[in-house]
Amino acid sequence: MESIGVLMACPMNPYLEQELDKRFTLHRFWKVPEKSTFLSTHSNSIRAVVGNAFAGADAQLIEALPKLEIVASFSVGLDKIDLAKCKEKGIRVTNTPDVLTEDVADLAIGLILAVLRNLCECDRYVRSGKWKKGSYMLTTKFTGKRVGIIGLGRIGMAIAKRAEAFSCPISYHSRTEKPETKYKYYPSVVELAANCDILVIACSLTEETRHIVNRKVIDALGAEGVLINIGRGPHVDEPELVSALVERRIGGAGLDVFEHEPEVPEELFGLDNVVLLPHVGSGTVETRKDMADLVLGNLEAHFLKKPLLTPVI
Amino acid sequence: MSYLHHKLLHLHQRKRRNLINTTPHPRRHHHTAHIQDAPVKGAMKATAMTSENQSRHSQSDLPYVLILKPPPSFLLFGDHFLDSSKFQYLKAYESPLPLPQFLQEHAQSVQAIFSSGLAPVTAETIRLLPRLGLVVTTSQGLNHIDLTECRRRGIAVAGAGTILSADCADSAVGFLIDVLRKISAANRYVKQGLWSSQGAYPLGYKLGGKRVGIVGLGSIGTEVAKRLDAFGCSISYNSRSKKPLVPYTFYPNVVELAANCDALIICCALTDETHHLINKEVLSALGKDGVIINIARGPIVDEKELVRCLVKGEIRGAGLDVFEHEPDVPVELFALDNVVMSPHCAVLTTESFEDLGKLMVGNIEAFFSNEPLLTPVSLDG
Repeated sequence: MESIGVLMACPMNPYLEQELDKRFTLHRFWKVPEKSTFLSTHSNSIRAVVGNAFAGADAQLIEALPKLEIVASFSVGLDKIDLAKCKEKGIRVTNTPDVLTEDVADLAIGLILAVLRNLCECDRYVRSGKWKKGSYMLTTKFTGKRVGIIGLGRIGMAIAKRAEAFSCPISYHSRTEKPETKYKYYPSVVELAANCDILVIACSLTEETRHIVNRKVIDALGAEGVLINIGRGPHVDEPELVSALVERRIGGAGLDVFEHEPEVPEELFGLDNVVLLPHVGSGTVETRKDMADLVLGNLEAHFLKKPLLTPVI
Repeated sequence: MSYLHHKLLHLHQRKRRNLINTTPHPRRHHHTAHIQDAPVKGAMKATAMTSENQSRHSQSDLPYVLILKPPPSFLLFGDHFLDSSKFQYLKAYESPLPLPQFLQEHAQSVQAIFSSGLAPVTAETIRLLPRLGLVVTTSQGLNHIDLTECRRRGIAVAGAGTILSADCADSAVGFLIDVLRKISAANRYVKQGLWSSQGAYPLGYKLGGKRVGIVGLGSIGTEVAKRLDAFGCSISYNSRSKKPLVPYTFYPNVVELAANCDALIICCALTDETHHLINKEVLSALGKDGVIINIARGPIVDEKELVRCLVKGEIRGAGLDVFEHEPDVPVELFALDNVVMSPHCAVLTTESFEDLGKLMVGNIEAFFSNEPLLTPVSLDG
């Protein structure tokens, strides 16, 4: 398969890069100085694109690669891929579901605890050397708080399962109600926000869910509410969230994703009730290897004309 | 008021201790606790209790409960937060007399002592109080009370029961996720603007499927186990005795437990037997991929050895709420990104203060009504 051209959209994983190098002719798109020249030169040999949460395959790229057969994403999110275009052209698409579900759900709970129990500020306080006898950090209890989840898919369900172990009542909003779960359904995100203490975004990013957390939702969540985003940055109207946090109209936030990664609004840097992470939802040694193996497995299956492991289209 | 405006309190900077009677301003964000900043719930409670106790001052026959040092809850919620119509407080800290003299003067009136954990209840103190029948504490740990002397004198002890267990367990889980997933370290990275300038942060480690070893499967240990079970961890434990009805694997000693787990979580009490329980042998058995979380007491761990292991990379990381010589923390830890620390506040949530306050008043009222204590501590063994 060494003659098959694979285009990797951006750096994502050294092991994956290495393996792709071994098995295919790998083109590292981020190292190409003149992208349009490159694409016209290699348009006949590139048959696969490997993308992730930062860069995938938009309409322009797909049009420039007439021999493109498959887009394998090193992510479960598909928002960086023009799915309609892929469908139109008969291009297969795969992602990495299930292998990263636990890590993302763990991080959501980790963010909740970090925000409510002020773990980062407590750590900073001790490191400052200023801890004196008679000084205390008073924080907010997590056990028993009402958790509202936007999107009750694999990740949303995994978050619910974990939060239940903390005796948290669970409610959710989803495209459709899931009566098989015992959780309380709210037909709108505003209602969900008004009736929970911690709002977690766990849905996929589509045209419908862009800015699903807007000013109205933030107002409904209120001064004692906390927002956790382990979905995609564009799920939230970021300027609205920033002003709500700066003006203390909302109790706090734990954010793993942002509208224009890796740019993060600097106004958030000085807020001690906000925890910011550099998009590490699936960022563990174990899971990234599993994700890489899934990408490799899907590509191999495709070129050997076997059934894809985790097809989306 | 948003209770998420986390409070850093300094007991030695006590301000005016007035009653709370205004709704706190939601935008105020102080680092020292001023009474006006207390949450609304506490404010309402203090006001309610005060009006209930207007008649208190005229009832000089109410039994006395001795307080040696002001508890943190007084600073947060006011002096009347723990008031009751059934007893009154005798505040040793308001007297200019040295403690032994103060105790001698009031020896015949004191039937109970309330300790928040800040003031030790020593054998000497107990011996000066012939009518003492109850020691009540809001601390989870009991090592500040001379339990032997209490047993000898037939003095009942009431503690926090299991009310603080959830908060302790939440802290332990929070620490474990933080250490494995590098939450505090990555938060620092982003807030220094390094994500855009230096790129992706190093990968963390998956929690799911990890083997968790709990040292001490009491109320807190059980709550930790219940939570981590939901994350897909496999749970094992060491305790003074095997617990027949639990689904977790028992190891007869801590070295074996450490050798068979990826994360060791200390949830036991500090006693003579558990002092330096986590020593060189245990840390070595835990190994370079192992993590240790301590939300119990500093002296359970050989701190010098732990620091050495962390500095040398002989264990993967640590989450520490407690230290051997608080508030002194080994400075070598400050440079380590794989260590997460907090200033002994695993139980300090607003909600726990309120719950604990009600519990303590309930215990004292039960005692003076000759009713069973709500959360008695067994002094046997």
